[in-house]
Amino acid sequence: MKISVLKRIIIYCKPYNRFFVLAMISAMIQISLTLYGPILIGQAVDAMIAYHNVDYISIIKTLCFLSATIVGAMIFQWIMTYCIHKLTYCTTQDVRVAVYRKINHMPLKYLDSHAHGDLISRIVNDTDQVADGILQGFTQFFTGIVTIVGTIMFMLSVSPFITLLVVFITPLSLFVAAFLAKLSHKMFVKQQLIQGQLSGYIEELIGNQKVVKVFCYEKRAFQKFEILNEELRICGQKAQFYSALANPSTRFVNGIVYAAVAVIGSVCAITGSPVSLTIGGITSFLTYANQYTKPFNEVTGVITQIQTAFASAQRLFHVLDQQAEPLDAPDAITMTGCKGQVSIEHLYFSYRPEMRLIEDFNLQVNPGDRIAIVGPTGSGKSTLINLLMRFYDASEGRISIDGIPITQITRNSLRNQFGMVLQDTWLHHGTIRDNIAYGKSGAKDEEIVTAAKSAFAHDFIMQQPNGYDTVISENGGNLSQGQKQLLCIARVMLVCPPMLILDEATSSIDTRTELKVQAAFQNLMKGRTSFIVAHRLSTIQNATTILVMENGKVIEQGNHEVLLARNGFYAKLYQSQFANM
Amino acid sequence: MFRFFSYLRKYRIYVIFGPVFKLIEAILELIVPIVTAQIIDKGVRQADVAYVWKMGGVLLLLGVVGLASALICQKFASIASQGFGTVVRNQVYTQINTFSYAEIDRFGIPSLITRITNDVNQLQFAVAMLIRLVIRAPFLAIGAMIAALLIDWKLGLILFIATLLIGFILYMIMTRSVPFYKKAQKKLDHISLISSESLSGARVVRAFSKQESEQQRFNKAAKEQSNTAIAVGKLTALLNPLTYAVMNFAIVTILWFGGYRVDNGAISQGHIIALVNYMTQTLLALIVVANLVVIFTKAAACASRINEVLDTKTSVLQTNHELFQIVSDSHIPKISFEQVSFSYDIQAKQNALCNLSFKIYPGETVGIIGGTGSGKSTIVHLILRFYDATKGTIKIDGINIKDYSFAQLREQIGVVPQRAVLFTGTIESNLKWGNENATVQEMRKALQIAQAEEFVCKLPQGLQTQIHQGGANFSGGQKQRLTIARALVREPNILILDDSSSALDYATDMNLRNAIATETKDMTVIVVSQRANSIRYADKIIVLDKGYAVGIGTHNQLLEQCLVYREICLSQMREEEL
Repeated sequence: MKISVLKRIIIYCKPYNRFFVLAMISAMIQISLTLYGPILIGQAVDAMIAYHNVDYISIIKTLCFLSATIVGAMIFQWIMTYCIHKLTYCTTQDVRVAVYRKINHMPLKYLDSHAHGDLISRIVNDTDQVADGILQGFTQFFTGIVTIVGTIMFMLSVSPFITLLVVFITPLSLFVAAFLAKLSHKMFVKQQLIQGQLSGYIEELIGNQKVVKVFCYEKRAFQKFEILNEELRICGQKAQFYSALANPSTRFVNGIVYAAVAVIGSVCAITGSPVSLTIGGITSFLTYANQYTKPFNEVTGVITQIQTAFASAQRLFHVLDQQAEPLDAPDAITMTGCKGQVSIEHLYFSYRPEMRLIEDFNLQVNPGDRIAIVGPTGSGKSTLINLLMRFYDASEGRISIDGIPITQITRNSLRNQFGMVLQDTWLHHGTIRDNIAYGKSGAKDEEIVTAAKSAFAHDFIMQQPNGYDTVISENGGNLSQGQKQLLCIARVMLVCPPMLILDEATSSIDTRTELKVQAAFQNLMKGRTSFIVAHRLSTIQNATTILVMENGKVIEQGNHEVLLARNGFYAKLYQSQFANM
Repeated sequence: MFRFFSYLRKYRIYVIFGPVFKLIEAILELIVPIVTAQIIDKGVRQADVAYVWKMGGVLLLLGVVGLASALICQKFASIASQGFGTVVRNQVYTQINTFSYAEIDRFGIPSLITRITNDVNQLQFAVAMLIRLVIRAPFLAIGAMIAALLIDWKLGLILFIATLLIGFILYMIMTRSVPFYKKAQKKLDHISLISSESLSGARVVRAFSKQESEQQRFNKAAKEQSNTAIAVGKLTALLNPLTYAVMNFAIVTILWFGGYRVDNGAISQGHIIALVNYMTQTLLALIVVANLVVIFTKAAACASRINEVLDTKTSVLQTNHELFQIVSDSHIPKISFEQVSFSYDIQAKQNALCNLSFKIYPGETVGIIGGTGSGKSTIVHLILRFYDATKGTIKIDGINIKDYSFAQLREQIGVVPQRAVLFTGTIESNLKWGNENATVQEMRKALQIAQAEEFVCKLPQGLQTQIHQGGANFSGGQKQRLTIARALVREPNILILDDSSSALDYATDMNLRNAIATETKDMTVIVVSQRANSIRYADKIIVLDKGYAVGIGTHNQLLEQCLVYREICLSQMREEEL
């Protein structure tokens, strides 16, 4: 499973394989030069045997050579590090863009059923984790492997016998490291779990501290917090200890290798058997012995990071593996300027197969008609909007506009036929001007102002500190709900779509703005086919057809008088607003 | 900063002896090159094989003792740091629990959450590092330097200069990369903003066919982020090569002058090897020191953020912890406001409430209506003493609310907050927030009044149904009804509905109002709403506009006399409905 994740990461690295190759070559050159250093140092030490027995000429020669290797190693190390950075961040940029593209083309069903915070965290944090993993993985694993191979080769060139000795002892280090990694990984997982629980608890309780205070719940909240906190302490202490074992333990194995090389090397130097060795040779060997075990040490150090990166990569690939919205049919037509005649025939739809909602629903809408959708909270009033806009597709039956089934129209051109104002007013971070012109890039200033005027938004816009250039903060925090709604109406006004989808606000905003919003809605609806999720009586009474919904189903259909006369659910709903207590 | 040492007091033995053991390990590590030099100078030069073996044994022993000391130190570090973190977390949580709304608003909830999680974790990590490395790394660097100077001060001097140079390089590169890191974080925040916008606006983006342009916007942000990251990479990539070069050129210099020194007979070959070893050791230690500096700078920032929480005293004080014997009397107002003014911010020119006076008698139902920001919710907050009024007094049963203990004050009031918040657990555990000892019957009755009994009964597990975080598995209307039931479970004397029926349809809203009126006759009810329909039948309606009470009376009186009330009603109903 991990192999497949790795494979996919490598596929994303492919476009940048020139950096990879360059990093590889630089790493090899740099490490060879670095490893050659100890041999030269050993030679220099050998040239200074004792009092009045120093070979200056060979020292100079060796040192010049050494200096050259240092400069070379320095340059190539820089190139290697730079290339790996470049490779890492270009790759993660691509992954990020791919994930965003996927989310952008995901059916709304997916977005509606997944926590947005989680998806954002994947785009932002998980890709970052993957970047860290690639960076560390390449730097450590890569240079580690090259160092190990290189060291063995250099050691072999000095003394195959002692090399064998070193190579035999070090697996011990690997074994210890692997054992500890496994042990501490288990504890880490547990610690992560409890840390997650504690964070969740804090987020929930501190996040709603105001409610906590209302119910004097502070003491009870603290008791549970204390228990979780204590659990975290016990488990965190173990996790920390086990993970901290890796370093001293591998250092200890390191020490054994070092001592063995010192002793055996010295014995060889004295007795000349089984192999002969110079003092300089011992020196270089000791340095190699240190260098050889270091990569093991470092790899154990980054192993948690790489594990996290794998987990993050899996989360990203999980998103990438989701089915995107099916493409438009190849022969789909691009619709422009429809008349606004809508017919719905034998429509079946449900969000979940086990819960049937809309069944055999039929509706004929003539150009200019007003369709009001009413019903209690949570009765599925937005379902029809989802189907008309093709945010969701019907399971059976068909919806057609001007006689053309909507599945045979390109999604973009279909959606362009509708102007949509939702209760949940969405504006993006940018100026008021940009927000109004959202649906028509390159709109002229006069057009924007005209649209704002007919949406009754011009006056309050002019009162903003920078007029149309006022920047709307995230989620429109600096505007009132009503003002945001007026901007959304202006946004639709500018585009002039043939049909409308409106969602009236449930609770009134401040009175004066509310009156403007209603007037703006009236302006907007003139001569256009409109679908309105209605909360206001006047809207309902003026509608051509009222669709009454309950539990996701359309249960009654007809105009105000007809429905009242039927004395059914609608009549009850209607009367509840007038009945006295 | 120093207060944190007091949290370590319980673990002082670990804090003191942890570094001692680490020091032992470090000293042993420094002895290794000396022993090696001995092996070469005495053993190899004099061809003494037995001596070589003996010294080899010493090396092994040093390793074993070193390992043991290191393990003890790690153990101590883990005990002390995790214990420390736990103590600090408890402390911070307790402190936050004492805060009034004013303090919570000032910090902001997300910030409080990061302080108690991330910041404490950082500090905990710093404590572990303090024990594990703070003594060891500088000791190794300085020790190696002293040892080198002792062997031969002239050659030792080279090592000294090289150390300074490496320190300088570390400092330069690190200080230069910090602003880059901040910039990179900003770019990342931007990516997060765009993602969040296009998720929350998915319908609008698609309705306007803007997917492609949103993608372009995202691509640009992603590109900028990766460029910044690469720029940081370019800079930090210098670190290793430069320190490597300085260290190795120092070795070259040592070897060059070492040649002369050996030639003069001042030092031996073994000494040269030891010096080279010390140089390598110093570099490694210095890199650790540099990382420590980063960790402690971060930790200091976190410590000051935590300190800020711990130093903040709540602005609403509890002066009395005794219980009052309350005599309810229908002539004494249940709640009375006398010339109350309040502002959230002392500097603000406009008060949130101005000179507000009214009386509510036991058993009355009172509606409070007004536009956004008119001060409706502020009244609720003041009654519960989440804030203290800037001017004037508020009394409950004739007693100033400042004289009650928090518990006695708040336990007689049931509040349904604007935002319907439920907590992870079961329906039952949520209802018990209102009253820990509520019986099943009491809970059923509360659910019934709150119009929630029907849907709770339909759930297969009834009261034991699990509630996910934030009540995600319930609809807005269901959540709201459950929060109403939660407030009713405590059978409060005063019930406050703070705009809490907005997610209910008209029919349910009306049934709810009827049930409350018939089932709880002596309860004083305050209904805050923006819907004229929800409050029109109240005994008394208070109309607020920008913090002023512009009208107090019944629906019919206000229609006649109060222009603001008339306007509100007209915006929501037709003339004939009034």
